[in-house]
Amino acid sequence: MTDQLWAYIFVGGTFALYIGIAVWARAKSTADFYVAGHDVHPVLNGMATAADWMSAASFISMAGIIAFAGYDGSVYLMGWTGGYVLLALLLAPYLRRFNKFTVPDFVGDRYYSDTARIVAVVCALFVSFTYIVGQMKGVGVAFSGFLGVDYKLGVAIGGMIVLFYAMLGGMKGITYTQIAQYCVLIFAYMVPAIFISLIVTGNAVPQLGFLGEFQGTGEPMLAKLNMVVTDLGFTAYTDGTKSRLDVFAITAALMIGTAGLPHVIIRFFTVPKASDARLSAGWALVFIALLYTTAPAVAAFARLNFVETVHESVYAPDETLLAGETATPDWFFEWEETGLLAFNDKNGDGRIQYAPGGFDDASSANEVKVDRDIMVLANPSIAGLPAWVIGLVVAGGLAAALSTAAGLLLVISSAISHDLGRRTLFKEMSDTDELKLARAASVGAVIIAILAGMYPPDFAAAVVAFAFGLAAASFFPAILLGIFWKRMNREGAIAGMIVGLGFTVVYIAGFKVFGWTNGPEHWLFGISPEGIGTVGMVLNFVVSVTVCLLTPPPPRDVQEIVERIRAPY
Amino acid sequence: MAQDEAKEDARARYWRANLRLMGGLLFVWFTVSFGFGILLREQLDAVSIGGVPLGFWFAQQGAIYVFVVLIFVYCVAANRLEARFEAELGRD
Repeated sequence: MTDQLWAYIFVGGTFALYIGIAVWARAKSTADFYVAGHDVHPVLNGMATAADWMSAASFISMAGIIAFAGYDGSVYLMGWTGGYVLLALLLAPYLRRFNKFTVPDFVGDRYYSDTARIVAVVCALFVSFTYIVGQMKGVGVAFSGFLGVDYKLGVAIGGMIVLFYAMLGGMKGITYTQIAQYCVLIFAYMVPAIFISLIVTGNAVPQLGFLGEFQGTGEPMLAKLNMVVTDLGFTAYTDGTKSRLDVFAITAALMIGTAGLPHVIIRFFTVPKASDARLSAGWALVFIALLYTTAPAVAAFARLNFVETVHESVYAPDETLLAGETATPDWFFEWEETGLLAFNDKNGDGRIQYAPGGFDDASSANEVKVDRDIMVLANPSIAGLPAWVIGLVVAGGLAAALSTAAGLLLVISSAISHDLGRRTLFKEMSDTDELKLARAASVGAVIIAILAGMYPPDFAAAVVAFAFGLAAASFFPAILLGIFWKRMNREGAIAGMIVGLGFTVVYIAGFKVFGWTNGPEHWLFGISPEGIGTVGMVLNFVVSVTVCLLTPPPPRDVQEIVERIRAPY
Repeated sequence: MAQDEAKEDARARYWRANLRLMGGLLFVWFTVSFGFGILLREQLDAVSIGGVPLGFWFAQQGAIYVFVVLIFVYCVAANRLEARFEAELGRD
């Protein structure tokens, strides 16, 4: 059977499953719709959080980025997991005890101000929209690359599926489909990872193969990799090229951003009580860590295997091999057709030379163009696995993109119906009307997401990765101070959020949209736009505390809210 | 009135104990990631486990394992702490 047919079977089968779950988990009340009735088991919520959290980028791109960045790729590994410690210890249990539906709910009530609520809504919408465009693009690429469906039609199909279960089931429908999506995506990730680990190290557990030796030669796998890449003129795999301060700032921005992302925080409102929120964060990290400790192993194996099988291999199929030479592997030709790999025989020797330097640069010895996504997508063919595994990987990538899109969609619709609608503009609205508005808002949000995915604005791709910096610089200080400092008041929080978000947006937009000259020598303190959220967050804290101390303390009843969410009984 | 004061005092003691617990765990969180994985990486890289430089291993594997353990330790410790204060604080 062909790859494409298998992809149709897996994608069709998993989509049917998601729709079935949605019909079963219909929402009957606003509590069902926003927080799944506060009634999700902590382990299941952990699984749903993991799927919600791991996007198309984690599934498809991360291992490839690490494969080419080596040590520098660690910022994503530590950054996208360490935030859960902050969530479990500092935020999740208290926000759960607060017992409302959304992040702007907390900000608005704790800072006794509709202005603060609206600032929070704007931050939430801004962060979620930049993020959802990337997911819709991932869906379109999966459909056009593997199912032979037109890109735009693919985006529309993916959007309609998400809309179906988000509208019908709200958070309840999304939670149970996310659990199914986690199972699909982790299975799809682990199967090729196990086989490539067996090929490269002979160990079936990728995490142990990472520490193991290269193909039974007695030479440690990573030592071999370091030697191979430095021989070619690259930086050693275990050394980085980013400055230490920048690595520090990016890691911090990603960690704190994770803890401040509304679609992650909102998941902890769905469990029955505060202790479950802590436990749930722990389980979420277990399920995430399974993929996140496999990814660096896959990255190293794939890079090593790539160099070993492709570099100096004989490209022309009918050429006689000299002693010690090997032919270019079949998968190389397969993936050349997709445009993700390309070969240009610059020196005309009929062999592929892989080296640092640009593919299009005639003076460079490098003859291969490699798209980093190939490291995950081509794994099944590299490992010589049967065609159905590729179908499985496509279904896994779609599961990762759709589950994240659904979580973001719920934040967008609840920000509109609940925070702007019921809590700000129409305070007399009934529960039934709010539910209608929530469903209408999710239709509107999906239509905008589909359009944004079909015609992605030029800057969208560049700013997706920066959603974390924005979340770190806006929400995190306001929520943290709101819980841990009783004296924190309205004026401080609003000023802090505006300054933090404003500073970060201007810095990122300057380099990524307005075309300021980019490069370490032009960066503030040598910190890249990816890491600038950390500086924005520090500014937010400084402004918040200063403004707060110059203005009157919060009213008595607000201080009592703080007492209440701190106390376990 | 005396009862209220006792309860207020118990709440304050509970909160201080909770902050101490969190502070200790966050110290470990910072040490394994920002410390071992970033700031002290060169020094740790001198040591290797199975051919993997230790600082690099912490940055790509070790820190993540420690994060998982930290959260579960906090779950157990926080539940115990809450149980210890249950009698004094009482259910509202």
